[in-house]
Amino acid sequence: MHCVVTGGNVKVLAKAVHSLSRIGDELYVEPQEDGLALRSVNSSRSAYACFLFAPLFFSRYSIPNGHTFRCKMAIKSVQAVFRSLATLEKTVEKCHIELDEQKDRLTFTLHCKHGLLKTHNLSFQDSESLQAVFDKDSCANVFRAQPRLLVDTVVHFPASLEEVTVSVSDERMWVRNHVEEEAEQSKVMLTELCLASDEFDHFAVKAHSSITFCLKELRGLLVFAESTGLPVSMYFDEPGSPVVLSVTDSVLEGNFVLATLSEDPNLRKNNSKGAHTQPPPPPDDFMNDDIDSYLIAMDTSIAPGPSATGPSTASLADSTCSKQSAAATLRTKTHREEEEENTEEDETDDSERPPNKKFRSLFFGSVLPLSSQMSTQPVMCQEVLASDSEDESQVE
Amino acid sequence: MKFRGKIVDVACLNHFTRVVTTISKLTKMCVLRLTPDNLFFVLSEKVANGGVSMWCELSQANFFDEYQMEGVSPEDNEICLEVTPENLSRALKTVQSAKSVKVKLTKKHCPCLTIAAELPTLSSTSRVVTHDVPVDVIPRRLWHEFREPSVPDFDVSIYLPPLKTMKNVVDRMKNLSNFLVIEANLNGEMNLKIETDLVSVTTHFKDLGNPPWGDDASQGGGPSQSRDQDSMAEARVDVRRLQQFLMGQQVNPSKAMCNIVHQRVLHLILLHEDVSLQYFIPAVA
Repeated sequence: MHCVVTGGNVKVLAKAVHSLSRIGDELYVEPQEDGLALRSVNSSRSAYACFLFAPLFFSRYSIPNGHTFRCKMAIKSVQAVFRSLATLEKTVEKCHIELDEQKDRLTFTLHCKHGLLKTHNLSFQDSESLQAVFDKDSCANVFRAQPRLLVDTVVHFPASLEEVTVSVSDERMWVRNHVEEEAEQSKVMLTELCLASDEFDHFAVKAHSSITFCLKELRGLLVFAESTGLPVSMYFDEPGSPVVLSVTDSVLEGNFVLATLSEDPNLRKNNSKGAHTQPPPPPDDFMNDDIDSYLIAMDTSIAPGPSATGPSTASLADSTCSKQSAAATLRTKTHREEEEENTEEDETDDSERPPNKKFRSLFFGSVLPLSSQMSTQPVMCQEVLASDSEDESQVE
Repeated sequence: MKFRGKIVDVACLNHFTRVVTTISKLTKMCVLRLTPDNLFFVLSEKVANGGVSMWCELSQANFFDEYQMEGVSPEDNEICLEVTPENLSRALKTVQSAKSVKVKLTKKHCPCLTIAAELPTLSSTSRVVTHDVPVDVIPRRLWHEFREPSVPDFDVSIYLPPLKTMKNVVDRMKNLSNFLVIEANLNGEMNLKIETDLVSVTTHFKDLGNPPWGDDASQGGGPSQSRDQDSMAEARVDVRRLQQFLMGQQVNPSKAMCNIVHQRVLHLILLHEDVSLQYFIPAVA
């Protein structure tokens, strides 16, 4: 195998490696007929990413004849080759990637200005092909947006935030932070961003759904998309089935496949009910709001008493609020609030508190298992991933 | 209880954000008091937690283009909320480019200060982002804990050197000791000192000037009138508290001064046009 990358494409390759490093610790390299595939998967197998660089991406592209070659290596060592992205663009003229079959090394040679040559000999392990099973073309919801839009969206969320929830209607997309425990909600800041369909290059919704996935990998893809200026497409169906984020141009394709949280049946019921009966908030909500709709009717009376603290005042407010201006509050309710309220109603209907909460955490446990538990959780891996059988390859 | 404010001007938004960010560097939780004319960020720590207190006063008219509020009752036309300034700061920071920002008291899953911003877009409809910052409504019977602190009967009042310089000194001193002695006299001199078993370090500042206080303050009358120009009043304080105060300075104050009540309290004051920030650090023995 011998590939030569020249000019600006070196940076594109470097960015791809960097964004793959947000996914997993290992880089799977596979020179194929249709191009060089670079892939990575995270330890819990809930995220997978693949870049395929077509032969035309390279100024020279030759692959081993007769036998297929695949390998994997520590992604950190490949990142080290392209360490400084800033100087890379200015100094590196071309990059050779060669397989040294005698020494079993993959050699990266950077040809820099002034005849400077930097050679990295990286050791590798043989591996099976790493290939996720996904079919983005069958997804009900398809979007395409300029990277800027998504970058401007994720900037509203703190770096520490793990998951975001994306909900769609015919006209809009809502992005908000996902909060796991209901109990935490009184402590956590909730952020919600609403994007209109015309901000997207393409906006096709067949199913009003709401999915939750990890933000970290999306950020990884955005690093790549922003630097290359390529629009990002997003494909998804329903909660539980993976979301696919992809970038494409004539010589490369990148796909990030991320697991989404599946919904528990109880919530789903509420959700569909909400979707049918409650229209999303009117578009001009921000402009013509009326102070009364933001009323907090809370009596913080001077009369002393233990009951005048937090939770009880809140529930008091709840009742007064609904009595006073049910119509007004209803108008300003967001999609999310509806869901929450429905959940709450159900909770009270179904006799007592704990069950629902318990169900929830159980449900998270089963969807985002620790890596150690992974083997007992076939549900998601089947969906997202397929054969990555490193053990077998080592036996070989 | 109702509150809604709207900021349109970018400079005001920026300024407000910097004030809130400064507060967020000083304390994890504080109380936001809203009155028809002013906003106050108040911290009054229990002695057990270090006893630091803070009072930051903003005039609403200087920040908000629209400002409507209705307090608990006509007699007590105020709203008192416990907030996490870090959350407010984070929310405000992400909406710096907004066309307009609204800050509202809302009833969502819990009482919240909602920061809703209308962000510019290329499309016809604007992008709206809302941050719901959970707050606790403070009952009226606890309001008395959050009254404006009176200016203590200080021994010496002095202008501070440039805060950046002071920060550099304090940052280095912090590596050597947990406590720092700040002392000053009426002759415009101030010293920052640390003393440990191994080392004593003092940084001297001269010609800082002493602010003229009116008759009601102690410098005009009372005990300190007869005070010797060169005699130092000192306070030994927790370095981290002083460092926190110096670190958080996002607002470039037009005046920075401190009052020292000998061996009792260090009272730091920053004035910047419409904003005043007071910070009290109790002295330790």
